[in-house]
Amino acid sequence: MMKLMLRNLVLVLFLGAAAGCATTNGGDARDPIEGFNRAMYSFNDGFDQTIGKPVASAYRDVLPSPVRTGVRNFFGNIADLWIGANNLLQGKPMDAISDWARFVFNSTFGLFGFIDIASEIGIDKHDEDFGQTFGRWGAGDGAYIVWPILGSSGVRDSFGLIFDIGLDPLLQHQPIAARNVMTVLRATGKRADLLDASRILEEAALDKYVFQRDAYLQRRRSLVHDGNPPRAARETPRAEVPESEPVGRPDPVAMEAAVRLLELPASPAGAGG
Amino acid sequence: MAGGAHAQPEIQAPDLLVKNVTLEVVDIIRKDKDIQKGDRKKVVALIEAKVLPHFNFQAMTASAVGRNWAKANADQKSRLMEEFKTLLVRTYSSALASYSNQKFDFRPLRAKPTDTDVTVYVRILQSGSEPVTIDYDMEKRPGGWKVWDVRVGGISLVANYRTEFDNLIRESGVEGLIKALYAKNNSPAQPAVAGTQKSK
Repeated sequence: MMKLMLRNLVLVLFLGAAAGCATTNGGDARDPIEGFNRAMYSFNDGFDQTIGKPVASAYRDVLPSPVRTGVRNFFGNIADLWIGANNLLQGKPMDAISDWARFVFNSTFGLFGFIDIASEIGIDKHDEDFGQTFGRWGAGDGAYIVWPILGSSGVRDSFGLIFDIGLDPLLQHQPIAARNVMTVLRATGKRADLLDASRILEEAALDKYVFQRDAYLQRRRSLVHDGNPPRAARETPRAEVPESEPVGRPDPVAMEAAVRLLELPASPAGAGG
Repeated sequence: MAGGAHAQPEIQAPDLLVKNVTLEVVDIIRKDKDIQKGDRKKVVALIEAKVLPHFNFQAMTASAVGRNWAKANADQKSRLMEEFKTLLVRTYSSALASYSNQKFDFRPLRAKPTDTDVTVYVRILQSGSEPVTIDYDMEKRPGGWKVWDVRVGGISLVANYRTEFDNLIRESGVEGLIKALYAKNNSPAQPAVAGTQKSK
């Protein structure tokens, strides 16, 4: 299963690279397969306009706010298990304990997780996943990738996603019919929570693709460093801003690095031994 | 804590400034029926009156335009500033319009009294998800503390525009960027049909 997904990942990346070569002009070093990514983005946008957004809007209009909060809490509670595990993997045992305490509190006093009692008493929820864990271990972002439906990602975060999805307790739930309903409900709730954000994006961006990509890269960088990424000194407006020069074609070095990164987990050289 | 009996022209501390302005604006939104019904003009007016005076738009625009700022002449700089300001106010008003009683958590300021460059940390709390952080980068100016960047969930507003602005200037110069901003600012507030755009 994992191997197959990996192979597909490599395949799509190469196809994407080819598409990128053909169509990208004045590209960005962080986004060597921009042509492919823009095509995916446009596909995702179409999907969102025809299905995602209308369903999420209906969900928001039909269900009262406390119910939607309950749904968010319920799935958020399940997610806290792996968030805690990721905090442990990142060497933050106290955060892990806090995440699992949240799970215990919310699963019991919070009526199977529908009420987020832990937040009320000051145990904050965290945002962790395997992509962040790999980042914490030193993996760079890798090339930016837009996946169908899943959206913005990067080489490192795609590997993270394989684990996030593979270990997702909801996706292992039986029977399959119940699993499917729950998965759709979770996705709908998530999209509904983002309705305001996506409207603001429409409002703010001159080029939605670029704006969303840069926001994703900034956001992930911030998350990997738990909100305190190392920051460049403030740029004085008068001075020349040192920035990586944009390149015309996909950067071969970045591509090679991406491919090397892709091959990495295929070998049994697990870091934790 | 209280305002003090003497009418001193003292500069308000940056964390207090953020807290006071935030709570004041939120309170007005909560009570204003027109705004709740979606009166965007009123939100814009509110932002212009209460929020804008505390922002340093020159610094924000210069930072967003980045290395190309030096290439713009004085007239272009002021037009860039105006258009960027309009865009940010529009975006901000859209964000404020979606405010629905979330709780704010104003973090204590970690700075020395002599600091002139600080970050004020605010968090928005929401049940079932991690708090959304809003960081205000502020600089002490003669007229008081001014915001020169805002980071929402770690995403810097100024930095996020840099690539877009850079691309537009490379393609069609500073005038092209001003034109694109102008077109964006004069497009309808919410596109009724957001069709898939042709990418060239």
